[in-house]
Amino acid sequence: MPQDLAFWLPVVIAVPLMAAVLAFLLPRAAFPISLGAALITSGLVCWAALAAVNAGPATHTVGGWSAPLGIDLVLDGLSGLLLVLTAIIGLAITVYAHGYFQPGDDLVKQHQYNFFWPLWMFLWASLNALFLSADVFNLYVTLELLGFSAVALTALAGKPTVLKAAMRYLMVSLSGSLFYLMGVVFLYAQFGTLDIRLLSAASAETPTLLASAALITTGLIMKSALFPLHFWLPPAHANAAAPVSALLSALVVKGSLYIVLRLWLEVFYPLADTVAPQVLSVLGVGAVLWGSLQAMQQPRLKLLIAYSTVAQLGYMFLLMPILLKNRDDSTALAATMSFVFAHAVAKAAAFLSAGSILHALKDDRLTALSGLMKKMPVTTAAFAMAGISLIALPPSAGFLAKYQMLQSALTNGYWGLVFVVIGGGLLAAVYIMRVLGPAFKKVEPYGAESTSKAVHVPLVMSIPTLALALLAIVISFMGVYLLELLAVGTPWVLKGGL
Amino acid sequence: MNDSAALYAVAGVILFGMGIYALVAYPHLLRKILGMNVMGIGVFAVFVALAYRGPDQPPDPVPHALVITGIVVAVCATGLGLTLATRLKALTGVAQLTPDQED
Repeated sequence: MPQDLAFWLPVVIAVPLMAAVLAFLLPRAAFPISLGAALITSGLVCWAALAAVNAGPATHTVGGWSAPLGIDLVLDGLSGLLLVLTAIIGLAITVYAHGYFQPGDDLVKQHQYNFFWPLWMFLWASLNALFLSADVFNLYVTLELLGFSAVALTALAGKPTVLKAAMRYLMVSLSGSLFYLMGVVFLYAQFGTLDIRLLSAASAETPTLLASAALITTGLIMKSALFPLHFWLPPAHANAAAPVSALLSALVVKGSLYIVLRLWLEVFYPLADTVAPQVLSVLGVGAVLWGSLQAMQQPRLKLLIAYSTVAQLGYMFLLMPILLKNRDDSTALAATMSFVFAHAVAKAAAFLSAGSILHALKDDRLTALSGLMKKMPVTTAAFAMAGISLIALPPSAGFLAKYQMLQSALTNGYWGLVFVVIGGGLLAAVYIMRVLGPAFKKVEPYGAESTSKAVHVPLVMSIPTLALALLAIVISFMGVYLLELLAVGTPWVLKGGL
Repeated sequence: MNDSAALYAVAGVILFGMGIYALVAYPHLLRKILGMNVMGIGVFAVFVALAYRGPDQPPDPVPHALVITGIVVAVCATGLGLTLATRLKALTGVAQLTPDQED
């Protein structure tokens, strides 16, 4: 029933959007409204993904105006996978945030309580719209909506440190979008259309396409915080409120990454033989090394996790040369998307457990975590499981993704990448052990006083954290289904239009 | 594209570059926000120049529609930036991104 499926695509965007407006107007009922919207959106997305696996990709022509005049919404494997990922993490964060944000007497707390829900629903709506857009200008608009809600959510924490981080984030995000838009102008100048499928059919290697690719890619890797343009990420992700940190690291950076993948696979593919894919891969190597080394030196847990995001984002660009030069071989795309999925789930779990620790101890310096396992067993276990996936020990999702990456790199003769993937895992083990080492200490000679003050973490916070952490381990057993979804209307099949 | 349209397009690219320079070079947040606006205007100028299809034909309407949308987005971005800058000034006394003190 592809027609029926197409009808539901705008609903996936409209539900969180309406919830955002309602939550803004009725702050007292914000949580029930948001939870309802989260449940409906997640249900719809999972159903749509299943339907797409059975019936193939779906296209919705908004208002009945088809491309090139109108704007199409397209659900295929790549977008479906990211929609499902957003739904899983979104649901967990919605529940967690209900425990985290409490109405308070001071202005900042009350602001957080009132504005988190509408902003989070706006962010979810813009993510869904971004993944479904099949038009490069519409992607610009959704990218901006995503950036604005992310910046506003970061600023919610209210302290000067976080306001500065939010300001830096806004400037990077905005100039990144303008670079992207300039690239879109070049695309329109050359091909006279904005629809991705029409661009894909017309694409040819010209100087204009090269200029456009350079502008668009620069803008997007700024927003995805690929080394060396990552400088804004650690302060923003580390100082935001914990549910927001989880959203930023797990989902928001993936929005611009998705556009990089989509446009390089479908529009910029004539440039696959230029040096550009290698440059992205080398920057990825730099990110893995630099991010891991920085994570080893951070004094605070949330900063450590934020630098780990910088490192892990590197892996998502490592396979670019294979992914683009050999588009018929889908292993590189499958490995990259597995990694995106594994990282998002594990990183969300890590940030949520860090939030619970900070909530309980009022302190997230690594020196304060001694003997944590005894005081907060569930949270510590959740962090440990997330850490296992970040290090990529079997049988975690991270392991499966890195295994696929190694396989793809070996079959295509990219030996250097093997060392990076394995070395990156070892470096991750070092920085994760900096947290788990003291946490699992039996005797607590040093941090005894601080851990003894630990308070109870409400179930509404610990259950979603644990659920995500468990998922970070067991999702590898469901990898087959995810890859089946990814294979729906893979981008290179779309080449030449539907 | 004829000469005067090309002139507009080149001017747009130059404005874009000037905006980036202002964003990077000046510490005051208001200047940075203005720099981002200049960048945006540069992009819009290139886009509007593209719409020119010769003296006898009406201009291409698509870039115009897109530029209007872009202006709306730019206004929102400016609003968000100014709000953050004002709040930062109220809390720290300066509208600049000073290095953080360890607390």
